[in-house]
Amino acid sequence: MKSLLVAYYPILIFLIIAGGLSVMMVVASLILARQRPDSEKLSPYECGFDPFENARIRFDVRYYLVAILFIIFDLEVAFLFPWAVSLRDIGVFGFVSMAIFLAVLTIGFAYEWMKGALEWD
Amino acid sequence: MILEAIVFYIFSAVVVGAGVGVIAARNPVHSVLFLILAFFTAAGLFILMGAEFLAFILVIVYVGAVAVLFLFVVMMLDIDFERLRSGFVRYLPVGAGVGLLLLVELVLIFGTWEVAPKRLSSVPVYARARLTNTRALGDILYTRYVFAFEMAGLILLVAMIGAIILTLRHRTEVRRQRIAAQLARTPKESVEVVKVPIGEGA
Repeated sequence: MKSLLVAYYPILIFLIIAGGLSVMMVVASLILARQRPDSEKLSPYECGFDPFENARIRFDVRYYLVAILFIIFDLEVAFLFPWAVSLRDIGVFGFVSMAIFLAVLTIGFAYEWMKGALEWD
Repeated sequence: MILEAIVFYIFSAVVVGAGVGVIAARNPVHSVLFLILAFFTAAGLFILMGAEFLAFILVIVYVGAVAVLFLFVVMMLDIDFERLRSGFVRYLPVGAGVGLLLLVELVLIFGTWEVAPKRLSSVPVYARARLTNTRALGDILYTRYVFAFEMAGLILLVAMIGAIILTLRHRTEVRRQRIAAQLARTPKESVEVVKVPIGEGA
């Protein structure tokens, strides 16, 4: 059995380099650059305006609806991956079971479309 | 493999640290970011165990979608979290009592748990050398576990319809575009040519 760590070795190296690089940039700017902070430099810059408002404002619940619908179709696609990989072995039965699954979700999609859930009025 | 052990301990330490960060961070947005870090490192742990498909689903679904949803919830709630946390010391005895009770229950359960010795070896496991992880899942999920699979589809359908019913409010005062009505208009009903005599206009 080939160890999975060996197979994913490049990604591990990539993670180490990414982490090391970001730590190095922060630390190097702390050490090498001259630090002379004042209140204007430390305050958040917002296109020249004062950042006077609280960030915690209510927003429209429709963003949430879009996010939930996105999650549901994301999961649907996630089910498609192993199906596509082993479609050759699972035969007609596997094909039909996925067709039923997709049909069920298509009912939901049609409902969503008819209700106009994705329209932004 | 010593390298595997090192990677495992690093990932585990990061997961535990991120989990502590989730509940300890003052800013709830930072909590969500810690949660994303925990998801990523848990995906790394899954890969170490050989569950590649689970690892990538964790990244795609949880980091890509669920964490975004959490961020929406955190930002949508108009709650002063500092004020919520101010009663920390007051509720500490109750919280510690409940936590201790749960810990005792867990110790009691797992302390008396006995795994039958032959059970583990009799569980059918796909030979990893022959099949990839995703392939092994796909070979049984759509045939042997077809009932659970279709149930998952129905649960997703219920979630979709529930989300629409709970959150969809069409505002009535807004004028929306009706494309069919626009396209159905003819010049005859919308344009009128008026003869204006010379000198009598305006």
